[in-house]
Formats: sequence, C-alpha cells, structure tokens
Amino acid sequence: MGSSNSSVNNIPNAQELMQETGFSAAHILRLHERFEFLDKHKCGQLRPQDFGAVQELALNPIGDSIISAFFSPGQETVDFASFVRILAHFRPTDRNQSRDGAQQEPANSSIRKLKFAFQMYDQDRDGKISRAELLQVLRAMLGIQVTEEQLQSIAERAIQEADLDRDDAISFDEFRKSLEKVDIDHKMSIRFLR
Amino acid sequence: VTHCSVWPWYRQITSLTSETEHGHGSVITGIPIVTFKWHHVETPYLVALWILVAGLGKLVIEANHHVTSVIPESALLICFGFILGGIIWGADKVQTFKLTPTVFFFYLLPQIILDAGYSMPNKLFFSNMGAILIYAVIGTCWNAASLGLSLWGCHKGGAMGDLDLGLLQYLLFGSLMAAVDPVAVIAVFEQVHVNEVLFIMVFGESLLNDGVTVVLFNVFDAFVSLGGDKIDAVEIIKGIISFFVVAFGGSLVGFVFGLLISLLTRCTKNIQIIEPGFVFVLGYLAYLTAEMLSLSAILSIVFCGMCCQKYINSNMDERSVTTVRYVMKVLANGSETIIFVFLGISAIDKEIWVWNTGFILLTLLFVLVYRFIGVFFLTWILNKFRLVPVELIDQVIMSYGGLRGAVAYGLAVMLDENKIKEKNLMVSTTLIVVYFTVILQGITMKPLVNWLKVKRAAVGELTLIEKVQDKVFDHMLVAIEDISGQIGHNYMRDKWNNFEEKWMTCILMKPSARKNRDYVFKVFHKLNLKDAMRYVTEGERRGSLEFVRNETAFIDFKKKFDDDFSEVMPDIMADTSDDYNPVPSVSLEMHEQTMNGMRPLEDVNSHHLLQQHLYKGRKQHRHRYSRSHFDVNKDENEVQEIFQRTMRTRLESFKSGKMGVAPLKHITKHLKKDQQQKVRASEFILLDNLHYNNNIRASASSFPMRVTYRAGAGIENPAFMPDLDPMAQVQIPPWLAEAEVDSSMVAPSQRAQLRLPWTPSNLRRLAPLRISAHSTDSFMLADAPAAQQRDNDQLPPPPPPPAPPHGDHM
Repeated sequence: MGSSNSSVNNIPNAQELMQETGFSAAHILRLHERFEFLDKHKCGQLRPQDFGAVQELALNPIGDSIISAFFSPGQETVDFASFVRILAHFRPTDRNQSRDGAQQEPANSSIRKLKFAFQMYDQDRDGKISRAELLQVLRAMLGIQVTEEQLQSIAERAIQEADLDRDDAISFDEFRKSLEKVDIDHKMSIRFLR
Repeated sequence: VTHCSVWPWYRQITSLTSETEHGHGSVITGIPIVTFKWHHVETPYLVALWILVAGLGKLVIEANHHVTSVIPESALLICFGFILGGIIWGADKVQTFKLTPTVFFFYLLPQIILDAGYSMPNKLFFSNMGAILIYAVIGTCWNAASLGLSLWGCHKGGAMGDLDLGLLQYLLFGSLMAAVDPVAVIAVFEQVHVNEVLFIMVFGESLLNDGVTVVLFNVFDAFVSLGGDKIDAVEIIKGIISFFVVAFGGSLVGFVFGLLISLLTRCTKNIQIIEPGFVFVLGYLAYLTAEMLSLSAILSIVFCGMCCQKYINSNMDERSVTTVRYVMKVLANGSETIIFVFLGISAIDKEIWVWNTGFILLTLLFVLVYRFIGVFFLTWILNKFRLVPVELIDQVIMSYGGLRGAVAYGLAVMLDENKIKEKNLMVSTTLIVVYFTVILQGITMKPLVNWLKVKRAAVGELTLIEKVQDKVFDHMLVAIEDISGQIGHNYMRDKWNNFEEKWMTCILMKPSARKNRDYVFKVFHKLNLKDAMRYVTEGERRGSLEFVRNETAFIDFKKKFDDDFSEVMPDIMADTSDDYNPVPSVSLEMHEQTMNGMRPLEDVNSHHLLQQHLYKGRKQHRHRYSRSHFDVNKDENEVQEIFQRTMRTRLESFKSGKMGVAPLKHITKHLKKDQQQKVRASEFILLDNLHYNNNIRASASSFPMRVTYRAGAGIENPAFMPDLDPMAQVQIPPWLAEAEVDSSMVAPSQRAQLRLPWTPSNLRRLAPLRISAHSTDSFMLADAPAAQQRDNDQLPPPPPPPAPPHGDHM
C-alpha cells in the first residue's frame, strides 16, 4: 500500500488532476487503487455494471442515481479522470482558500456541490427540476406505502414552496435559495482516507 | 442467595411438623397424610421464589410506560430492591439475602455477556476496534490510577480523617472502581437512542475493560498481600505481562470455544431439537475455563459469542436460531433484573455501612471528573486518526455514560477484610457510587441528551425540499463512501475476509449453507445478459428470487445472503420519535401544526407523510443491540424494499441495455392516440416487465415501479410472463396517463409495439434471445401461426426506426 510519489506518476495526468481537484498524491493513489478494483476488466474505463460490485449501493434508494451521475449524458463509460472529478465534489471545502477570479471554481465549492445535488433531480439536464423528475426522486426515497396520490400532493407542495417564478419547475437558483439555510459543506463532504 | 435462613413463622411450622414426624420417641404415632418438608426444598424453592419476585417486580415497573421513559428500569429495580430489602430486614432484623460474588459471577453475569457477544454487530465492532481498545485499556488504567492517587493525596491531606489505608490499597480501590459496567450501560442506553458508533464504543469499552480490571485488581491485590516493600521492577513488569496474558489468553479461549460451537452445529442435523443447548453449555464452559485459568472470563465469553454467531446462524435450523436468540434474551434480561433487585436489597444491611463523608464524596467527585477528562483527552487524540471524528456531544454522552455497576460491587465484596481493614468502607462507597451512577445519571441522561440535541438543532421551519434534500444528502454520502471504498476497503480486513472465506467458512459452515450465501448477488454481478437471464430463471425456479415476481414475498436476506451483506442490513431499532437528527422532524411537526393552524390540512399531511415514509438510510441512528427487544421491527422492511426495487430495476436495465430500445418520444403519441384500445393498453404491461399479475392493480402505487430516466425498455421476456392474460382489462398507470411525460417514460420495444404479449403456452422458450435492436427473432416466427387469432387487433403503423440505443445507464 505504498504511497510513494513515484507510483503516482504512473497514473496519467496525475499532477493535473491533483491541481484541478485538490486531492493529494496519496488520495489520488488510493482512488486509483479503488478504480482498478472496480474495473474488473482492466480496460481503464468503468461501466455502470462495474459499480454493481459495490454491494451496498443496492441498498441505497438513490444508489442508481448516484451511479448515473458519474456518467455524463450520452457517455457509457467513465475514465479515471472523470471518476476523480466527480468524487472531488465531496471533498471538504477548503476554508481560507484564496484564489484569483480567473481560476475556475474548485470542484468542492459550495456552488459546485449544490450543482451536483441538483443534477440528482434534473436528469435530463435542462436546468430545471420538473414535476416528473421530482416525483421520481420522491418515489425512490419514500416507502411503498405511500400512494401515488400522496406522492403527487407532496411533489405539489414541494414545488409550491420552492418555485418562486411560478413556472411549475424548480430552477437551480430556486433550489439554491430553498437550501440556503443548510450547511452544504457539512452535509456533502466526506473525509477521504489517506 | 446463599445466606438462607428461614423466616420466623416457617421456623415455627417446621419445628411443629418435625415434632409430629419424629417425635421424642422413635415411634411414629400414625401415618402422616401430609407433611411439611421445608428443609427438603429450601434452596431451590428460595431461588425460584426470588426469580419470581424479581420478575413480578419487573412486571409492576413496566406497567406504566410513562414512568419508565423518565426513570430507567434499572433505577426502578434498585428501588424495588430497597423496598424488598426493607421488608426482609424488618422481618428478620438481619439481611438474609444479598448479592454474593459467587452467585453474581457464576450464575448471573455469564448469560448477560454471552447475549452481548452473540448479538454484537461484528463489523461495526471491529471497524471501531482501535477506538474501543484505547478507551478500554488506557481509559480504564487512567481511571484507576487517577482515582487511587487522588484519594491517597486527599488522605494525606487529611480530608478523610483517620483511615487505615495505604497507597496500594487506594490503588486497589481505584482499580475496582474504574470499570465501566456493561450491564448498567446497556440498561441506560436503551432509553437513549444514540448513534451506533457511539453505542458500540461505550458498549465495547465496557466489555473489553474487564480484561484490564481483572489484571489490575489481581495485581494490586497481590501487591497488597506482598506488602509495599517487596514491590520492585520485576513485579511491576510481571504485572504488565500478566495483562497481556490475561487479555489475549481470555480472548483465545473464547475464540476456541466459538470454533467448537460452530463445528458442533455443523453436525447436529439429526438432533435439531437440542441444538440450542450446545450453544449455551459451551458458552458457559468458555467462561468457566477462562476463570479456571485465571484469565479474563468476560473477554472469553464475549469472543466466544462473537466468533460463533455467523456460523451457527447459518448452520442451525431456523427454529433453533430463533430459540437461541429468545432464550438468550430471556436469560440476559432475567439476570439483569435479579442483579439490580439484589443490588437494592444488599443496601439494607446495617452491618456493611461505614460512613466517611470525605471518602465517599471525594470518590464520587473524582469518578465523574476523571471520566470526563479521560474521555475528552483520549478522543482528542483519536480524532486525529479517525475518519469520522467523534463529536463533542458524543463525547459528553460517553463520559456521562460511564456507569459503574454490579461488577464493581462484586469485586468490592470479594476483598479480603484481613488484608484490607476498611473493606466495609469500600463496599459502602462502591454501593453509593453505583446508586449514584445508575439512578441519578440514568435519570438525567435522557434530558441531558435532549437538551444537547436541541441546542444543536436548527430551529425554524423546514420546507419539504429541505427535508427531502437532507435525506438525499445522507444517502448520497453513504453511496459515495461506498463507491470510493472508504469503509470497506481495508488491507487487513480484506486479508481477513479472504482467509475467512477460504478456510473458516469451509470448515465451520455446512456445505448447504455455504452455497446459499451469495447466490443472488452473483446473479446481479454477471455482466453477460444471457447469464443473468439464465440465473434469474433458475433462481425463480428455486424460489430464491421470488421477490422479483411477487413484491410481497419476503425473503430472509439475512439467512440467504452473504453475511457481509447482512451486516449492512441493520437491525433498525430506533423509533421515529427519537431521532438524533439535525433535522428534528418530529418536534418541528408539532411546531408547524400549532403555529400554522391556518394552513390547509393537506400541507401538514405532506410534511407528515414525508416524515413518516422517508427511507432512513444508513447514517440514521439505530440500535444494533437491545436486551429487551427482539429485532422484529417494521423498519426492517425498509431495506428489503429498497433492495427489491433496486434489483428489479437493474434487471430490467440489463435487458433493456442489450435488447434495444425505442426512443422516448413516441410513447407520448401512442398514449394520446390509443388509450381506448385495450390491446394497446396491454403494452403498458411491458413497462412492468417484472410485474406479472393478471390485474395490474388500479392504484399503481401498490407497485411503485420506478419509472426511471432510463431510455430503455425491455422486450418482454417470456420467462416472466407465464400467467399473463393479454385480454385482461388493464388500466393505464397514472404516471403514463399524464400528458407531460418526458424523460420518465419507458418505451415498449419495437417488437412489442407490433405484437401482443403471449399466452402462457408459448412462452417456454428462453434460449433464442438475440441481442439486437430489431427484435426479429424466433419469437416472431413462433408467433406467426397464432397471429390469425388476433384479427380484431388494430396494430398501429410501425413506428419510425428507433434511434441507436441510449446510454446504458443502470
């Protein structure tokens, strides 16, 4: 389980990734090991079925949504760089991070995290959570005792509460507004093992 | 219960009867029709009577739930013991019954610990093993040393008056006072639903610290006998070595016995009726063997239970497993009750009480303060290494929950009064500390936790989105943790798992049990569609995949699947009213209802629905172990539900991914045009490839088919539709009836649009499922002859050729 820098160099674009995502060399190495563990066919790319190796995901109501979030629309595979980039969203936010305006928003900033969360709902990436998309997520999160009518009324109410411009969908800004009291950094971060 | 002297009136009666029986001469005057032979049955009768009394006490106490939710049951039992003790003392003027160390250590304690070990969530325990060990070993040593030294210091300072105690004796007292008691801890923590990590740490610590306590106690006892001058470096080193020997030796003994039990249950197929007995007997033997070798008996029986649980649960018949669990709970609960009652009774005894204000008060103070200091300091160190730091609140709870109990009392009574002149003082102090911690700390624990929680919780109304999103975040984090291998991926653990699977399971588990284990998971990890289909049908035949067809079928996943998996499936014990949750839903709900009386009822219902039915997810706090409840709880179904749903949709996506899809847009058109045609309507059956009832139920909610973002739809698989009657009237599921369906549709495949699903007779062919977007396969050919029957079908014009298959999202 060595984490010498030299083995990091075996990973393509490692330095770039580290810069971009803020992961340390040890993190990247570890994630690479994990990637290779999941990539049973050693083809350098992961497919949705590979995530099936993670058994606990079957027990997660939104497990499949998360898996699909790794794949950009239209793509069937995900390579290591994309894998890392997605996971970078979950790094704890760096306080006191000073960056000039020209730099791109880091992956683990609050806005990017929120965007990721937004995409859980907005599967077709049209920038709005429609009622149907909301229903889908609600359906997944609630027990089977909840009837269709009850689901509808919950979705109805949720949209009512959040939808400010009355377009019967929740845009990213409305989403962000409705979650402004939530400590996104805390709720969407995990500490990555060295 | 060994100081049995009979009650006065018994005495009179026995003397009467003995006179009649034996007389002063040796001649019986007549045949006695009935005789009263008290002495004959004295001991067992009293034992049984006490058990009954303790049980009745518990009955009375549990009668009123309100009382027990404020005052923990253990405290009430102690009070009950006080009352009983008072009665007995009043009658006898001497305390005839008390909790003797023999009875306690040999007959009352083992079953409690065996229950703890057997029900221990192993994975959780071992993943927090480091923390637990640090608290148990270093924490206990710190407690002992600090208490002993401080008391000695105070003694020197004159705070305690004139006592005949030396430094060593203070240290001895410190060591018996240091141990956090497993019995008391469980009893109190049952009221307070804390998160599982915190629970396992306190519980684990209370179990493991016995190793330390035994060593410390024996070492200091020996030192006291030797006398202060004989202690040199050699003795101290011997002491340290003995710690390792005792701890590891005890665990090893337990481990060996655990293996024995597993091996034994492997062969007990023909004597299933007494299978459970072996578990208890061997467990008890593990305890006694360790005790015999002067190793740590508690560690032994804990590891015995922990080691064997997996294997005996697989090897034994279901009913035997149930029996074992039930009997363990009965025994453990019963013992605990008796212990607390007797702790109360033992107090009412004039002889043991020696009051020394300084000693007692200082002990109380130091016990509490040093516990806090110890926990906070150790946690500070630990948090540097832990992935998930232990929060402040948890630390407070952990410190406050360091209860002392009967173990300390038992050890105190075992002191030799010749060596330690002030034994009675120590016993009295121990009792006072036990009462203080169990009663006072027990009562105030829950309010303290609530107060702390409320301070932390965000105040204010939460919107539905916030509530849902809160849960989404939880699930998301769990998923990301799993994907990035944060929890599962551990070199040592992997090595152990490999070793275990290769060797131990082979030897210790029955072959038939082994085979069942990850059958279904192998299925779903097969990437090849064909194999998946084959496995699934085979599995269906065998019945283990019943859930795929029948959503109400309940499979005992625990028994059937990989034990790894069953560890992930929790025993969900928390009631929803007591969530340790940053989103304090329940209190908010009340708040909402009172504050917004004007709000239409429906809105409150939505929040209430959400509150009730949101899946809890793994981060939610649950009890894994409870002494007073079996783990039958409706929330267990939650995980079943999720699993079933996920597996269904994945299976569908396997098929859809390979079998080809039709683009989404078309379905809308079809919908609008063809809703009347019942023929057309049958296409919607295809959406539920896995749902095969004759009547698609009117309220689609009963089958919450997750209509997903996936663009794929399955071709119908004949294997899954044997009893489908295409002529049955079907209703259009509401989600389809809606005009706006964009990405949430699952489109029927091309083939399905042209042809109806089949009647049972023709569906036995599985093999020729060709992987192509245009499903012009043998089905078409096979269907051809029967096509004439479908004259009145109005087939729509074939849709335009489908776009290339959309991405294979699972």
